[in-house]
Amino acid sequence: MLGYTDKIKEISGRLLKEGKVDMIVGFKKGTMPMMNEPCVVKAPDDVEKLVWDSNCGINLTNYLTDRKEKIGVVAKGCDSRNIVNHIIENKIKREQLIIIGVPCTGMIDRHKITAMFDAEITSVVEEDGKVTVTAGDSGKTLDKADVLQKNCAICTHRNPVIHDELVADLVTEQTDVDRYADIREVEAMSSDEKNAYFDDLLSACVRCYACRNACPLCYCPTCFVDESSPQWVGKSTDEVDTKTFHFLRAYHCAGRCTDCGSCERACPMGIDMRMLTKKLEKDCFESFGWEAGLTLDERPPLDIYKLNDPEEFIK
Amino acid sequence: MKVIKIDKKDWAEGLGKLTGTYRLFGPVKDKESHDFKELGKDEQPDMDFFNTRLSAKSAIFPQTESMFEYSLDENEADHHVMKEVEKDYSPRAVLGIRPCDAAAFLLVKRNFDNPEYRDPWWVSAYEATTFVGLACNEPASTCFCTTAGCGPFHEEGMDVLLADAGDHYFAKSLTDKGAKLLDSAGWKAEAEADIDAMKKEAEGKIGSAVTTDKLKDKVTTELYDAPFWEDVAFACLNCGTCTYVCPTCWCFDIQDETHGNKGLRMRNWDSCMYPLFSLHGTGHNPRGTKVHRVRQRFMHKLKYYVDKYGDGIQCVGCGRCIRSCPVNIDIREVCELMNSHDQAACACPAA
Repeated sequence: MLGYTDKIKEISGRLLKEGKVDMIVGFKKGTMPMMNEPCVVKAPDDVEKLVWDSNCGINLTNYLTDRKEKIGVVAKGCDSRNIVNHIIENKIKREQLIIIGVPCTGMIDRHKITAMFDAEITSVVEEDGKVTVTAGDSGKTLDKADVLQKNCAICTHRNPVIHDELVADLVTEQTDVDRYADIREVEAMSSDEKNAYFDDLLSACVRCYACRNACPLCYCPTCFVDESSPQWVGKSTDEVDTKTFHFLRAYHCAGRCTDCGSCERACPMGIDMRMLTKKLEKDCFESFGWEAGLTLDERPPLDIYKLNDPEEFIK
Repeated sequence: MKVIKIDKKDWAEGLGKLTGTYRLFGPVKDKESHDFKELGKDEQPDMDFFNTRLSAKSAIFPQTESMFEYSLDENEADHHVMKEVEKDYSPRAVLGIRPCDAAAFLLVKRNFDNPEYRDPWWVSAYEATTFVGLACNEPASTCFCTTAGCGPFHEEGMDVLLADAGDHYFAKSLTDKGAKLLDSAGWKAEAEADIDAMKKEAEGKIGSAVTTDKLKDKVTTELYDAPFWEDVAFACLNCGTCTYVCPTCWCFDIQDETHGNKGLRMRNWDSCMYPLFSLHGTGHNPRGTKVHRVRQRFMHKLKYYVDKYGDGIQCVGCGRCIRSCPVNIDIREVCELMNSHDQAACACPAA
């Protein structure tokens, strides 16, 4: 994906020069290994700061919400699906956007790679499907496929589903993946085991809301946890409140989540909260054959009623 | 200053002796990262860490702290009366705190313990605590403590400074509290140690810096109106990560929670990144946008604090906010923008 940077600069420069967009939303290089920073570019000369590599995991759709400008947005597969969601949910208009599509081969998991080394990681360089990590005095070359973010490893929509420009030829989609092996394991647990599992899953949460705020679906003007009259959810570290936040947030994402992984990537405490959203994604897929954000032509299943909707849950 | 040599094989035994006198807190590894926890019986602190993910501030200033309790049961004589929650302020020791976190308590103290206000809970916990710090032989790339009024062997705010020398620690006793703890643990072998040499070596490894010399002379309103805030704030998600991992962020929110006819008044960490932080009862929010809130955080740390106390920035250079920020907003870069901001050269329209 490294050649993508030049193409993104070229397309962005052209769109800005021709006045087709007011701004480009993309990534600039971060100050730490495995980190890039979402950025906005408004002048053609500034496109030089744009980059693309396997550290662009934050979903840029988040930066489009309710904007009024004409925007060129760099979008990998999951970003493009969230852009579809955004258009369907009236958070941006299709005609405001020029989507610079990025056929994606996955983002690397900074938490996982950091945990693999005792010394501090000082540099991470990628080339031809390999990732070379320098930590302290030692270095190690890893296969990128082995260090992908968990959502990327099981991604079946790497190519942008909607785009106006493309930075490279489309990549082959992964077909032989089992998206829900871990979810089935939790489903098979007894109630007590599930409770213990959720206790452990969420025990480190400090309620910083990085997961919510990194999520392009979480654009409510006031989140239910921030309502103060009445106040629905307590603000202490009481586990009931923490669980209420995570469970309810996940339900709000049902039928909308594209498993972009921004929530887990953003979490400073390393919590696997995708386990919650993925269960609902699985339910939506099994009940309605629905995958979020693939088409502009259909309303999401929890938005509409169909005569053949399953009703086995009504007892 | 007395230096004691502690053989690492005598470490656990010494800690064992302390458990009768002190509640012990120390770094514990949970899944991937270290954080400060109260140590259980026979639990050892894991001293093999760069720095903890969250700062040590929770040992004195927990994320959730009960203040008062009350009963709404009118059959009880003292119903509807707030009563202070009883707490354990017996001696406690925080083991393995890094110099940045210990120095941060002195900054935070200005808020919780000053001639105007004395926060009884913070002060009681702070005064009950003996800080046994661990100097940093191997600072991280994001550590900029030496230019933030601190350093890898900085002693202020500590009672004992431990310097790791392989199979033993050199323990520099800095206060009476520290001497008492060393004595209680049975660590008594005085030694000659060139801690200054270790300090110089560690300081030489700090590869990251901020420049803060011009901040105090900047005109506050000019910095406030500087053109870079939109750009600094663009990527910000407005989560509370930077404020929660920060050892010097002290803001809290007071809440009452009632269950049945029993109630609790507590305080919880709050964050200036949250819209609710500054929302008025009228519905007006003076910091209504993300840009307002991001600017507030940096202006508080790097300008308002500087002006109010005349003793440097409200930051000890621990680098946690840089490491934990989900979108890589880097306080070192923002500090540089602020310190080098030249209003005269700025092309922005006059205020």
